[in-house]
Amino acid sequence: MAEISQDRREKIAAQFINALPFCAALNIRLESMGAAEASMSMPYDKRIVGDPETGVVHGGAVSALMDTCCGLAVSLHPESGKPTATIDLRIEYMRPAKVGERIVTHAHVYHVTRTVAFVRAYAHDGDAEKPVASATGAFTFARLKKDAS
Amino acid sequence: MKQPEPLQIVKERRDGALKALVDSVPYIEFMGVSFDRRGDELTAVMAFDPKIIGNPVLPAIHGGATASFLEMAALIELAWQRAWGALEEEKTDVEAVKAAGYLRLPKTIDFTVDYLRSGLPRDCYARARVNRSGRRYASVHVEAWQDNREKLYAQATGHFLMPRLDVDG
Repeated sequence: MAEISQDRREKIAAQFINALPFCAALNIRLESMGAAEASMSMPYDKRIVGDPETGVVHGGAVSALMDTCCGLAVSLHPESGKPTATIDLRIEYMRPAKVGERIVTHAHVYHVTRTVAFVRAYAHDGDAEKPVASATGAFTFARLKKDAS
Repeated sequence: MKQPEPLQIVKERRDGALKALVDSVPYIEFMGVSFDRRGDELTAVMAFDPKIIGNPVLPAIHGGATASFLEMAALIELAWQRAWGALEEEKTDVEAVKAAGYLRLPKTIDFTVDYLRSGLPRDCYARARVNRSGRRYASVHVEAWQDNREKLYAQATGHFLMPRLDVDG
């Protein structure tokens, strides 16, 4: 059987995320994991500012955070059998993130087919009720082989 | 007969405005992105750096780095087009363009990235096309490639809120 325990799945995922150079460059941190869902955060940093007048973080950095979190949620899906890749990702920016605040995102896979995983994510800067951005994405997906023998 | 403006003056004005626009954004420098100018046409260049890797096994550029690159290309193109109009019509200097608010960056409303191929460990190029730019809203399409202009590795469409100009009154 190619069954993988959720525990083992989370260990592999955490190792994978922590080894990503771009996540290290943005100081992205893993917050929590579950079946088909994940949460991550990114600290405020002057180097990733996109609007010099206000000091607000560039949207691209927020989308990097959300893309990583969505990809992780896909690999934490109980039936995921292969590494995933983003097919498309749409981000909506609802309001500028507060200057100096850590940005937290949560992603969950809400549907999978044999080949595609559909994911949604929200990001906030302290109050989960007031999102700064939302994301919708499609990711490549390959189910675990049931019993090969 | 009126003498044409010396080439050097024209270039300095254009390059100065572009530099002021690009240098104002810390994240552009952080990502190692620069802008090539040929007349009014801009090409964004993201120099490969190991820190933008998202998949060390392949290796491939992180999708978030690509998304960041495309969004920068779209934002700078939008601001640049508006600033270009002012620079050419008024033959004004960089400081005047800045004071009028032309170097203020638009705000992203939404941005959708299509990942067509995995990003190889090479330099990336992008060009943005403004499909519609009103006083308030703008719609921009961006294409990015690596070695081969015909083989896009990513493309994106985004909507933006244009900053108010002080000359609008």
